[in-house]
Amino acid sequence: MRIYMDHAATTPLRHEVLEAMLPYLTQVYGNASSFHAEGQAARHALDGARATVAGLLGCKPGEILFTSGGSEANTTALVGIAWAYRHRGRHLVVSRVEHPSVLETARFLAQQGFRVTELPVDETGRVAPEALAQVLDDETLLVSIQMANNEVGTLQPVAELARLAHAAGAFFHTDAVQAAGQLPVDVRALGCDLLTLSAHKFGGPKGAGVLYVRQGVELARLIHGGGQERSRRAGTENVAGVVGLARALELAVQERAQVASRLEVLRDRLIAGVLEAVPGARLTGHPSQRLPGLASFVFEGGIDGESLLMRLDLEGVAASSGSACTSGSLEPSPVLLACGLPVELARSGLRLSLGTATTEAEVARVLEILPRTVAQLRKVHGASLA
Amino acid sequence: MGARVLAAMSGGVDSSVAAALLLEQGYEVIGVTMQLWPKDLPIHHDGGCCSLSAVEDARRVARILGIPYYVLNFQDLFTREVIDPFTREYLRGRTPNPCIWCNDRVKFGALLEKARELDAQYVATGHYAQVAYDPQRGRYLLKKAVDGAKDQTYALYGLTQVQLAHVLFPLGGYTKEEVRAMARERGLPVASKGESQDICFIPDRDLKGFLERRAPGAARPGPIVNRKGERLGTHQGAIRYTVGQRKGLGIAAGEPLYVLEVDAARNRLVVGTREELYGHALEVEALNWVAVPGLEGPVEAQAKIRYRAPEAPVLIEPLTADRARVRFREPQRAITPGQAIVFYQEDRVLGGGVIARPLPASHETPPVPATSEV
Repeated sequence: MRIYMDHAATTPLRHEVLEAMLPYLTQVYGNASSFHAEGQAARHALDGARATVAGLLGCKPGEILFTSGGSEANTTALVGIAWAYRHRGRHLVVSRVEHPSVLETARFLAQQGFRVTELPVDETGRVAPEALAQVLDDETLLVSIQMANNEVGTLQPVAELARLAHAAGAFFHTDAVQAAGQLPVDVRALGCDLLTLSAHKFGGPKGAGVLYVRQGVELARLIHGGGQERSRRAGTENVAGVVGLARALELAVQERAQVASRLEVLRDRLIAGVLEAVPGARLTGHPSQRLPGLASFVFEGGIDGESLLMRLDLEGVAASSGSACTSGSLEPSPVLLACGLPVELARSGLRLSLGTATTEAEVARVLEILPRTVAQLRKVHGASLA
Repeated sequence: MGARVLAAMSGGVDSSVAAALLLEQGYEVIGVTMQLWPKDLPIHHDGGCCSLSAVEDARRVARILGIPYYVLNFQDLFTREVIDPFTREYLRGRTPNPCIWCNDRVKFGALLEKARELDAQYVATGHYAQVAYDPQRGRYLLKKAVDGAKDQTYALYGLTQVQLAHVLFPLGGYTKEEVRAMARERGLPVASKGESQDICFIPDRDLKGFLERRAPGAARPGPIVNRKGERLGTHQGAIRYTVGQRKGLGIAAGEPLYVLEVDAARNRLVVGTREELYGHALEVEALNWVAVPGLEGPVEAQAKIRYRAPEAPVLIEPLTADRARVRFREPQRAITPGQAIVFYQEDRVLGGGVIARPLPASHETPPVPATSEV
């Protein structure tokens, strides 16, 4: 039996979600922008999904922009704001531990003449609000800081950061991709102007995402060629994907509190077990301000994260070193480096991310396999820790 | 289940059949593709054993075979152990064999290390070569492939005894045609990849451009001279040339002229006639002995001074543990410093090394090596 501990990379599609989607993959095939009855049936489903999502996030349907996923939503937020408001200023602020779709987009904009500040984080991965306050100026257009980190699970003080950004006249965007389903996501409570979600991180389908855009905030378009999504994103609507996203978010919000407290118990058992059974293991990220379902570690003694992941996979455990986009490469994790870890440790990262289907037995089994695997790897290197 | 093997896969016919044969022999096979090129090199989508399409193709083959498959990143190592030394050798006026380093240091170096980390006893590749154990001498032997035309032992002479003990070459006993037939029978791809004679990290074959990017300004104009030191013309960078080259000299002469020597230190190109290109002896360095622990005295063997050169009879006279003088019975064309020379006795690789320099024909008074040796 395989043990799947990589829910931060993606989650299995829930059967309720599949059921909700199926009619729109089969009978209801119309183009939601078409004039006729077939098109209107699809449009009806799309509008319903938009209203559902808006209700769950605490905003208006017109503030919901559907995208192909988290990366597109993040890119749209940064590029869209930068281009729409470039006459007003040219400064953008992100943190060093953002997902690559934020960080690389910011760096792309830096090549286009925007000024980008990458805020440092402390050893737990947190951005200090004072550090943000210091870099904000009249030119600052946008601050983009994630709700929760995808590699080490650290939560950011988003509401406070948003207040600071607004006080300086800047917009605030948060990437809530990892947070949805585990933390409350209410755009008014968070005080953000833009927020990103991705359906497949909470039991929905791949290929569907949301960018919340507060009413009145302008966005330059990334994709041209049609009037869809209130002329903010051209392209035939992914009706089935969006219906699935809405259903998955509905379930995730309904079950969130219960799921989160269950995951916390499993996560803490996993963390305590690893720290106890694996010599030289260190927890990464924040000890308490972290995602309920995410445990992350580094291992002293020259452990190569790539070899560790391969061995775990061969033992039946699906894990990750961090972002799925960067694992499979020996490069040290930029997130771990930003947390101040030396290169050798930053190559040894392991992320175990739990989901609604994770069981106590699976956690117990990983606690058998992982210490043995790390010990075997250390034996190969002849680097045994006392 | 049998011993665990890491099979290096490119998605081509050879490595795919190699993995399939191991599986049929009862090994537990894990497929891997190594990502080698650094991001700042141009990517090409087909061809080489580690090109972009290699990953997609190899993954598909692993699926067909039903084996675990991983892509491993060796970009930094490949740059450090292959690309950088390649550049340095050219800057010294030598013509290196980067495929040999890739075998010694990457495929059977770092990948073998990775195998150990994964409890795999062996690394397997689709090379055409054979490994055998000689119980009398207690040594692992490297032997030519059954398919002489495909034999790749020239590029494998640098393997140590420890490495040879942990490599598997499942194709060594087959001809290429048999391998293709086995691929067809098993529904595997039949197209060849990799081990071409081109350099995989210079996909456009533009060595000049590559060196200019890696070592800007290193190629500067300088004199072209003959053996007597008479100036015949001007070159655009001595390091861009290789011994034996005829084209691109830009000299109008009565008879064809060839590069005899690339004198990088003085940025000089020495040229001469076809006859002058032939040499009788050379000095070899960085020797690795395979069939024997070392030489006690002079030994006769066959030698190849290039991947595709025919074998020629030689007398090897050891100078130090890893240096020797090699005399050819017949003069050889374009003895090129930096290229490997590999020694054979029948179908066995005796050993090999790197050509340090050609030596004058007179073998009574060989010049003293420039470096001081014990």
